Amino acid sequence: MTKLRLDGVVKRFGANTVCDGIDLEVEAGQMVCLIGASGAGKSTLLRCINLLEPIEEGAIWLDGEDISIPGLDPQPVRTRIGMVFQSFNLFPHMTAAENVMLAPRRVHGQSRDELMPKVEELFRRFGLGDRLHHYPDQLSGGQQQRVAIVRALAMRPEVMLFDEVTSALDPQLVGEVLDVLRVLKEEGMTMVLATHEMGFAREAADKVCFLKDGRIVEEGPPSQIFGAPEREETRAFLARTLK
Amino acid sequence: MTKTVSLAALALALSAGSALAEAHAACAEGLTLEDGTLTIATGNPAYYPWVMDDTPESGEGFEAAVAYAIAAEMGFEAENVTWVRSSFDEAIQPGAKNFDFNLQQYSITPEREEIVDFSVPYYTAPMAVLLAPGVESEATMEALQGLKWGAVGSTTAVPMLTDVIQPEQDLLLYGDNADVNAAMGAGQIDAALFDLPTAMFLSAVMIEGSTVLGQFAAEGEGDQFGLLFEDGNELKACADAAIAALEESGELAAIEAEWLQSATGIPLIE
Amino acid sequence: MTEARTRGPLPRTRRQIYEDRLRRRSLLIAGGSTALVFGALFLLIPLAPGWEKVQRVFFNGEVFARTLPGLLEAFVLDVAIFAWSVPMIAVLGLLVALARDVSNPALYPLRIFATVFTDVFRGVPVVLTVYLIGFGIPGLGLPRPWNSPYIWGTVALVLTYSAYVAEIFRSGIESVHASQRAAAQSLGLRDKDVMRYVILPQAIRRVVPAQMNMLIALQKDVALLSFIGPVEIFRQAGVYKSLMANFTPYVGAALIFLAVTVPATRYADYLLAKQRRQRS
Ligand SMILES: Nc1ncnc2c1ncn2[C@@H]1O[C@H](COP(=O)(O)OP(=O)(O)O)[C@@H](O)[C@H]1O
Ligand SMILES: [Mg+2]
Repeated sequence: MTKLRLDGVVKRFGANTVCDGIDLEVEAGQMVCLIGASGAGKSTLLRCINLLEPIEEGAIWLDGEDISIPGLDPQPVRTRIGMVFQSFNLFPHMTAAENVMLAPRRVHGQSRDELMPKVEELFRRFGLGDRLHHYPDQLSGGQQQRVAIVRALAMRPEVMLFDEVTSALDPQLVGEVLDVLRVLKEEGMTMVLATHEMGFAREAADKVCFLKDGRIVEEGPPSQIFGAPEREETRAFLARTLK
Repeated sequence: MTKTVSLAALALALSAGSALAEAHAACAEGLTLEDGTLTIATGNPAYYPWVMDDTPESGEGFEAAVAYAIAAEMGFEAENVTWVRSSFDEAIQPGAKNFDFNLQQYSITPEREEIVDFSVPYYTAPMAVLLAPGVESEATMEALQGLKWGAVGSTTAVPMLTDVIQPEQDLLLYGDNADVNAAMGAGQIDAALFDLPTAMFLSAVMIEGSTVLGQFAAEGEGDQFGLLFEDGNELKACADAAIAALEESGELAAIEAEWLQSATGIPLIE
Repeated sequence: MTEARTRGPLPRTRRQIYEDRLRRRSLLIAGGSTALVFGALFLLIPLAPGWEKVQRVFFNGEVFARTLPGLLEAFVLDVAIFAWSVPMIAVLGLLVALARDVSNPALYPLRIFATVFTDVFRGVPVVLTVYLIGFGIPGLGLPRPWNSPYIWGTVALVLTYSAYVAEIFRSGIESVHASQRAAAQSLGLRDKDVMRYVILPQAIRRVVPAQMNMLIALQKDVALLSFIGPVEIFRQAGVYKSLMANFTPYVGAALIFLAVTVPATRYADYLLAKQRRQRS
C-alpha cells in the first residue's frame, strides 16, 4: 500500500528551483533514504512533505489524500507526519518530558497524568529512563536527538521524516541514534530520511534515492545504488563520499 | 538705620529732584554691578498686573512702576536702569548674580532669608481663593476644607494650604499659573490659592468663568513681597531707605492704587 | 601528578609569575589613580571660593534632615504609581508586540495601529504626552473621579512605556531562531500555541535585562506626573526648595532615587552578564 506519494513536486525560492519535479513513492512500513550532496534539496523536500514549505507545482498524497491543496489547513496533516531535525530543535526552556508532552497536551488535549506513563515508557525504551526532568542543555547530543525523536513519536505519527539526524553528533554518539531508527523500522514505521550515513542506508533502507540539483537522478534498492549504480552522477557522488 | 530712613524721608520732603538724586547716588555709589547703572531682574515671563505686556522697560505694571520709583530714589535715571530676566532657581543659586536686585513677587520668609537677603516689603498681598468655573462654595473654613485644591508649587500658598486650610483631599501642585488654569479647565481642581492681585487677574483675564471667593486677612497670613538681593549685598540698605521714603511720601500707595485693582468688595475669610 | 600534589604546591610556572606581576601592577595603578582623583576632589572643591555658599545651598545638613521625612513620604506615591503602571505596561507592551506581527489579513488594521502606536509614543517626549493626556482628555468633560491626573498621568506613562517595551519584546521574539518555530509547527501545534508555549517564553526570558532598564527609566519618569498636579517626590522637593530657598531637598530626592535605581541597575547588569555567559 502506498503511504506517501509525490507527483512532480516543484519548490522554488525566488528564481532558485530547489525541487525540480520530484516523483516519489513510499510504501507503508518502508524506510526510504535520500542521499546527495549538500544543497541538493533533501531538507527542502522533507519540509515540503511536512507542509512547512508550500510547493509551487505537483502534488503530495498521504494515504491517497492530496495534502498539498493550496489553502488547506496544514495543522491536522502535521500531526500525522513527524519530523526530526539535524539540530534537534528541542525547546530549551522545557524539560525533556515537557518537550515530549507539549504537543499531545495542546493538540490532543491529553492530560499530564494520562501522558506521563507513556512518556516514561518511551524514554525507557530509548535508553533515556533517568533523563525525564533534565533540560536540553543538561543532555548530550545523542540524548537530545533521542528526546527529539520521542517528542515526534508521542504524537503517534503515521510517517516520520528525519533530516540528517546524526550529522550534528560526535561520531561515538551516532550509533545510539541509528539504533533507534532500526527499532522504529522493526516496528513498521514509515520513514523518509535524508542522510549522509551511507553504511546505514545500505544496511537498513528499503529504497535509496540519489538527489542532485533538485531532481532524483537515480533510485532503487540499496544493493543497486551502492552496488551497481546506473548513472554516472551517482557513481561520482558515491566515489567522493565513500573515499 | 532708623536715622538713614528718617534722613531719606527728610531729604525727600525737602529737596528738589537733582539735589535728591545726588544725595542718594552716594548711597548706591560703587555698590552696583556696573557703576552708574542699576540692573534689575524680573520673571520670565513677567505677568500682569505686575508687569504689563511682559515689558518692564515701559514702567507699566505695579512692580515695573515700583522698580523705577525705587531706582529714582536711589539716584538712577530711568535710562540707567537695565532689566534682566531670571527664574527663582537662578535667583537663589550660589555664585555671582547678574542683577543688583530681583523683584517678582518674592515672599519674605525666614528660611529664604538664610540664603538670600530681602529688602523691607514693598507690598503686602493677602492670600485669595480662586474658584474654578462652575464651582460654588462659601467663604468659610469648613466649606473650603471640602474642596479639591490646587496651587503653584513654588509659592507660599502651599504652606498656607497645608498648615492653615488643611483640605480633606490631597493637594495638587503645579509649575505655573498656566498649568493651574489647565487643571481648572480639566475639572481636576475646585479652587486654587494665590496672592490677591494674581487671583483677581486670573479670574478677570485668564480663566473665564472663575471667581475670587474671598481673601484672607492681610496681616499674619499675608504675603510680604520684598526685593531679593544676593546674601550680604550692601546695596540692600540703600534700597530699604528708598522703599521707606516711597512709603512715607505716599508714592507707593499711589502706584498700588494705579496698578492693582481695589480689593474692596472681596469678602474676608475668617 | 598525585605525587607532586602530596609533595606540596607545584612550583609556579614562568607565565604565572609574569601574570601575577602584571595583576599586582594594574591593581596598584588603579588604586593609586582612584585615590588621587577622589582625594583631589575632596581637598580641592572646598578650597573653591564659592564652596561655603554651595555647601549651604546644596548640601545643607539641617535642611536635609528636616525635609527627608517629607520626601520619603512623597516617594511612596512614586513607588505606587510605578507599581500599578508596570503590570499594565507589560500586558499592553506584549499585546502591541504581538499585534505588530499578525499575519491574518482581517487583523491588518490592528497591525497598522500597533505600528503607528509605537512610532508616535516613542517619538514624543514623555513630558509632552503627560501634559497632553493629563490635561487634554479630562478637558473633554469627564466627571470626577474619572478626570483624575493620577489616572491620566498613569495612562500617559503606560502608553509611552508600552511602546518601548513592545519593541523590546519584538526584538526578543525575532531573536528566537526560526528552527524553534519549525519544530513546534512540525508537531502540529497551532500558531497561537507555537507563540504562547514555544516562542514567547524564550523571547521574554531573553529580554528581561533590557526590560529591567526600562523599569529603571520608568521609575525616574514617574516624577514627570508632578507637572499635572500629583505631589510626588520631585514636586515635594520643589516646594521645599522654594520655601527654604535651598536646593538641598533636590539632593535628598536624588539620593532617594539612587537608593532604588543603583541596586536595580546593578541587578540588570548582573542579569545581562549572566545571560552572556550562558549563551557563549
Ligand atoms: N528558506 C530558504 N530560502 C531560500 N533558499 C533556501 C531556503 N532553504 C533552502 N534554500 C536553498 O535551497 C537549496 C537546497 O537546500 P537544502 O534543501 O537545505 O539542501 P540539502 O538539505 O540537500 O543540503 C540550497 O541552495 C539552499 O540555499
Ligand atoms: Mg539539509
